[in-house]
Amino acid sequence: MYKFFLRSLISVLFLLGFSLNANAEFKVGFVYVGPTGDHGWTYQHHEGRNAVEALGIKTTYVESVPEGADAERVIRQLAQSGHDLIFTTSFGYMDPTNKVAKDFPNVKFEHATGYKREHSNVSTYSARFYEGRTLLGHMAGKMTKTNTIGYIASFPIPEVIRGINAMTLAAQKVNPDIKTKIVWVFTWYDPGKESEAAQALIDQGADIIMQHTDSTAPVQVAEKAGVWSFGQASDMQRFAPKSILTSIIDDWAPYYVERSIAARDGTWKQQDTWHGLKEGMVAMAPYNSAMGSDLIKEVEQLQKDLASGKAHSFTGPIYDQKGNILVAEGAVADDGMLAGMNVYVKGVEGDIPQ
Amino acid sequence: MSFDLNFIGILIGAIMASSVPLILAASGELITERSGVLNLGVEGMMIIGAISGFALMVVTDNLFFAVIGSMLSGLIISVIFGLLTQSLLTNHVATGLALTIFGIGMSAMIGKNFVGIPGKEFPLLFVNLKESIPFLGPIFFGHSIILYFAFGLPFLTNYFLKKTKTGLIIRAVGDSPTSASNQGINVTLVRYSCILYGGAMCGLAGAYLSLIYTPQWIENMTGGRGWIALALVVFATWSPIKVLIGALIFGGITILQLHMQAVGLRIPVQLLSALPYIMTIIVLVVISRDSRKIKLNTPTSLGQIFYKEK
Repeated sequence: MYKFFLRSLISVLFLLGFSLNANAEFKVGFVYVGPTGDHGWTYQHHEGRNAVEALGIKTTYVESVPEGADAERVIRQLAQSGHDLIFTTSFGYMDPTNKVAKDFPNVKFEHATGYKREHSNVSTYSARFYEGRTLLGHMAGKMTKTNTIGYIASFPIPEVIRGINAMTLAAQKVNPDIKTKIVWVFTWYDPGKESEAAQALIDQGADIIMQHTDSTAPVQVAEKAGVWSFGQASDMQRFAPKSILTSIIDDWAPYYVERSIAARDGTWKQQDTWHGLKEGMVAMAPYNSAMGSDLIKEVEQLQKDLASGKAHSFTGPIYDQKGNILVAEGAVADDGMLAGMNVYVKGVEGDIPQ
Repeated sequence: MSFDLNFIGILIGAIMASSVPLILAASGELITERSGVLNLGVEGMMIIGAISGFALMVVTDNLFFAVIGSMLSGLIISVIFGLLTQSLLTNHVATGLALTIFGIGMSAMIGKNFVGIPGKEFPLLFVNLKESIPFLGPIFFGHSIILYFAFGLPFLTNYFLKKTKTGLIIRAVGDSPTSASNQGINVTLVRYSCILYGGAMCGLAGAYLSLIYTPQWIENMTGGRGWIALALVVFATWSPIKVLIGALIFGGITILQLHMQAVGLRIPVQLLSALPYIMTIIVLVVISRDSRKIKLNTPTSLGQIFYKEK
């Protein structure tokens, strides 16, 4: 009996201390997959963090956290050290985030690009990057002379496959002869390997280089080789001023600010966010004037239509590689189908690595 | 795939360029290991060389200073390793690992101010010959001076170890530091020199990445090449020429598999990605079957702490 009392007392005191400590200061944690200096994916998340910090909210970040056992340890550490809201900013953090969330019901978690919300304190958010890819596809289809588009892909997950498909569909629309050549590098970030992949694609006849990896190396290779390229995640224009036609920019700042304030004020609720050009989570860098004003006007119009919903990246009829219909004529793909996309559309070469 | 000869020439040229950092780092580490010191800090020394070279290029606007500076910084960082393992007699493996972690962190810290600055064009030699001679042109010409140096280095290293007195002393120290010491050789001094040389070569390997191969500073840009260089030294059974062969196979298959993907060959991509590692190991194991030679080349005292009783 005595022991029971003692135990309860200790745990009450502990909980009290913990909650007092947690209430002492509102803190937001960020887990990054790459270094903040990648000038791509992580750089943009870091910009979002800076916007939160600018509000006077205290933030912490951990960079270059591998997607695996390490991730869980880092997330747990952040939760234990009194962070109230934690953003885990890579697909591979999906399971670790949910696992840690179970043990810390009072901490809010926000996982980027994933789909698992196993506990009420986990939200997911992502951007409709594929809308940006549609614009790139349009430009690529018009600008290519060799009708070959080179695509450096990271990992075979729905997000990457969706980008490949959106780009190919848009390019086919303006140029039925185009071919998409894909090289899988199985990394988000390895400048050396990414540039070798870019070079291989150029050697194989691609005169447009597109990447779903995070470093600026591919656009620099493109600049040297005198072919067109597109920046990824942030405006990479200054790394390849002649070659870059535009960049897809991920703008996380408004979302991070909104969610941090909500968590601080106690209005945070679980949700699944998927914003695009309309909300500004996906933005386009200035278009390269080398495209010519006619094409720029076309692309700007398409950008407006995608934002307003007048156009959709996945409008039927869409066929898979074998010719089976995926989306019927006149229909558009729903979010469920987009989120789980795991087949190539017709016109993409090769197989998806399994 | 276009199969014309000139294209194959360009491909071979690209393969050579990609294997340069491996050759430089592995050749440096080979000398260090032949003296009996196992320095696992290759990756750390490379990344320090990469940032120092790039930072000096930005600050001084002089590529010569940048290259020399990167070697010096690799050398300076290896002094730490030398002090710890040779003077304070710490464990080689633990110290080397610490050096790598230190190097990666340190380079990221210095590099904060150099992120996002585009690199400078590094002068390439005989560019007009590269374009005017088909096939052989892109193989032999249009490279940076560091590439020519890297391809000469394994032969120089081989000659140095086998035919010179200093080379003999290094091998003696690596095989039996006690006997060498009894012969009046200053084991610590020899090992220090070898560590410093290895550091300088790793620094140069890093600078090749940040100044020539992908001319910019990006955190963690060595991407594990230091570890591959370390593995090459072992699989090449401490023979400089085999290091060269191994580096070329590794670089070659890395690039070929990307081409095979781009062509759309229906081979599982995961297998293709693993191919450089598998093939390099297989080839090096096959060409180093002679167990007598392996015994001859292996530094017996590798990784063991030596101290002279006074």
